[in-house]
Amino acid sequence: MTVDLILFLILALVSVATAAGMLLSRNAVYSALFLVLNFASIAVFYLLLGAPFIAMAQITVYAGAIMVLFLFVIMLLGAEQLARIKVLPWQRPLAIGLAAALVAETAYLLIVRAAPSAGIVPPAETVNTLGELQNLGMALFNQYLLPFEVTSVLLLVAMIGAIVLTKREKGERE
Amino acid sequence: MVPEIYYITLSAILFTMGALGVLARRNALIIFMSVELMLNAANLAFVSFANTFQQLDGQIIVFFVIAVAAAEVAVGLALIVAIFRSKHSIDVDQMSNLKG
Repeated sequence: MTVDLILFLILALVSVATAAGMLLSRNAVYSALFLVLNFASIAVFYLLLGAPFIAMAQITVYAGAIMVLFLFVIMLLGAEQLARIKVLPWQRPLAIGLAAALVAETAYLLIVRAAPSAGIVPPAETVNTLGELQNLGMALFNQYLLPFEVTSVLLLVAMIGAIVLTKREKGERE
Repeated sequence: MVPEIYYITLSAILFTMGALGVLARRNALIIFMSVELMLNAANLAFVSFANTFQQLDGQIIVFFVIAVAAAEVAVGLALIVAIFRSKHSIDVDQMSNLKG
């Protein structure tokens, strides 16, 4: 076992355990904190896979901005826990059954149908330039310039949409 | 080097857990967090493929996914706040009216 493999196994355990904790905890604040840990472990995976820029973006945008927004809304609404009333008693068994079906399908694809890219030989590793930020920037501002600009418009629209949705109408009072 | 199939398997497991969260939980905020978990699982697969083929495109797609997720969270949380204002609950079972 190489060091990489040991590190992968430990991190995989952490990410699956934190995802399970997110699903199972009753309190939404605990769920959010588990999810922050999960995002952090995935960021380490990105570092292992030679994507340091994506790892940093993951930490700042996901674990930083998005989860802070989540925690802010949870505490603003005071919605840590829901009242325990069962409206749909068959919901949980059905959900578990459907998730088991999804697991079976993915396991079939992964195990029976072999690795997705088994037939394709990756290019020989001459110089590993994947992690270099310069290449990422060149690709982003040449080949992917249009999607990049569209993303900026999308973020602007999202910002305006969030303001419009939460703004109180004139005369409306709580 | 860790084989690519390990990363894809982990990504599939995380995606399934996210899907389970969306189906089984009733708290709208936790459903939303599960969607984020599914997005992250897909991102992990993208970065893993980018590493296997030594192509940058996978990483750039992930960059865009992160940006779109940020926009989605802003609008989605605003919707949840608006629903809470009219219904005083974020239980998705309570959101059964067409007119608030």
